[in-house]
Amino acid sequence: MELLLTLTVGVLVAGGVFLVLRPRTFSTILGLSLLSYAANVFLFSSSYVRTGLAPLASIKDSPFPDPLPQALVLTAIVISFGMTGFVVVLSLRAYNDLGSDHVDGDVHDPASADGGGTS
Amino acid sequence: MSHLPILPVIVPALTAVTLLLFARAPIATQRAISVLSMLGMVGIATALVVEAAGGSMMTYRLGDWAAPYGIVLVADRLAVLMVAMTSLVGLGTVAFAAQGWDLHGRNFHALLHFQLMGLNGAFLTGDIFNLFVFFEILLIASYGLMLHGGGRERIGAGLHYVVLNLGGSALFVIGLGMVYGSLGTLNMADLALRVGDVGPGLEAVVQAAALLLLVVFALKAALLPLYFWLPRTYGATSAPVAALFAIMTKVGVYSIIRVYTLVFPGEAPVIDGLPGAVLLPIALATIVFAALGALAANTLRGMVANLLVVSVGVMMTAISLFTEASLAAGLYYMVHSTLIVAALFLIVEMVSAERGEVVDRLQPAPQVARPALLGTLFFVAAAAIGGLPPFGGFLGKVYVLQSAADANGVAWIWTIVLAGSLLGLVALARGGSAVFWNTAPSTDDDEIGDPPRTAPPSGRPASAAPAVLLLGLVAAVAILAGPVSTFTDAAAAQLADPTGYIEAVMGPDGGIDGVADGDIDDVADGGTEGVAVELQTGGGE
Repeated sequence: MELLLTLTVGVLVAGGVFLVLRPRTFSTILGLSLLSYAANVFLFSSSYVRTGLAPLASIKDSPFPDPLPQALVLTAIVISFGMTGFVVVLSLRAYNDLGSDHVDGDVHDPASADGGGTS
Repeated sequence: MSHLPILPVIVPALTAVTLLLFARAPIATQRAISVLSMLGMVGIATALVVEAAGGSMMTYRLGDWAAPYGIVLVADRLAVLMVAMTSLVGLGTVAFAAQGWDLHGRNFHALLHFQLMGLNGAFLTGDIFNLFVFFEILLIASYGLMLHGGGRERIGAGLHYVVLNLGGSALFVIGLGMVYGSLGTLNMADLALRVGDVGPGLEAVVQAAALLLLVVFALKAALLPLYFWLPRTYGATSAPVAALFAIMTKVGVYSIIRVYTLVFPGEAPVIDGLPGAVLLPIALATIVFAALGALAANTLRGMVANLLVVSVGVMMTAISLFTEASLAAGLYYMVHSTLIVAALFLIVEMVSAERGEVVDRLQPAPQVARPALLGTLFFVAAAAIGGLPPFGGFLGKVYVLQSAADANGVAWIWTIVLAGSLLGLVALARGGSAVFWNTAPSTDDDEIGDPPRTAPPSGRPASAAPAVLLLGLVAAVAILAGPVSTFTDAAAAQLADPTGYIEAVMGPDGGIDGVADGDIDDVADGGTEGVAVELQTGGGE
């Protein structure tokens, strides 16, 4: 179980980092999503991993998992979902305004490539 | 339990929601609400400063949940100082934006107050996961503000800024998972108690978590390998937003101070001075690179953005020594530099609004319409940020250099801080002479085709009032250097001895046993041990 979880987080992070570094906004957004999945799974696993526990602390004698990471991961999921929605809208706007889905705008256009606070 | 510490979070939140209700009302109504709320915030911040100056450590338990389980707000001197700076810069920003910049897009004022809510919450919270949540609030408001008004350049720079910070947030969550997994709590005072007694096999996890969080905070504070987003972002956004963002880098600085004096202090055996050893060379390198960046900048705004990074480098140099004197020096310098950078962004915008299509590029352009006023303002601000004698920058730098006199590598620190100041002055002299003296006759008279970014340049003398307000505060920091440095010294004393903070949050018995509910405590401890066992077996294989 631990090995599966570790590999999952590792693969998600590796794929996320690779995709974030791609030059097009679409793959960058997918990469950010994978990174936030990895972070959420990792956060969830910060209360130790165990199978066969009661889901809630309702039965007095039975062991139950730590509920705090579940609350934390819920917060983190909501935040990353909202942020992903925002970045999707932003990249669509960038595609419309810049005429390209390259993260640096249209790289063939020297006017937008020089950057550096000229506006 | 006084409700004062929660007000800096509640008031901006309610103001922002009210502003959303008035989104279709005339802009004058929105401006009135916004300015009134900011004045109220200055009043609240003043009350907090007065309270904290007396030495009382105010805590506020949300929902009255006992300390390690509920979220607690803590208004110690450092937090109160940051809140006060935020409200003052916010007031200048709102007053400046009310001259027309808030008309370029919708909901400027609402976004601004959401950002203030996130900033104040981040400064006041005593829970490290809550710090993450407030980071996200201030970030998503800052995305909206940064893109306010739109335009090609701004959208492009905004995309980089958003993607970078989303990556930072993912790292933050991973770091928090490691903190909770290894120490079993997220309350900062509780963490401070537990970090001295780390379970076997968990030292590496705690160290990795400490350094991973340092990466996140360094990204926000704009330290060397992670500052290249800042000049472009601050150069592309609108001037009042850039002025407000001067306080946003200080969230990173604040978090570094808070977390590495309280949660992961260098004295703890498991940390062993690691953050300071990493931060000092990074801070010095930041000064060098950003000073060269200021020299190489081809716009006035880009130069100011680089000077902002230089000032972050100087204050981080002092802070990275983590002595009481150096923290005090770093805090004093931070107060001065934050206010002056915000003022400079506003002044540069007024200058560039009067230069036609050249805006703030350092090339010959028609004479500005008000050379005496703007030239004087720029000269005063340049002298203040460059660290020339009558201003707080000079006092702050002397203070920083003095506090470093006994440190290892003092020769490096003195050389680089002084050389960085000199390069900054050369850059400012070059920029000022290029803008105000190297004028060209106006080539075309039809300057109707102004870029949409430029606000209506209102020629009234009152338009300079917000910048003059901020400059007046900068002067006050120098004139009232005695009281201000007394306050920062006392704030540093609180930071150097965190027992007061811990006792204020956790109660005088300093432990969770007094209030603990046995079941929850057992589960938390069981979790810690479970991870410890896994790691040990993992290491043995």
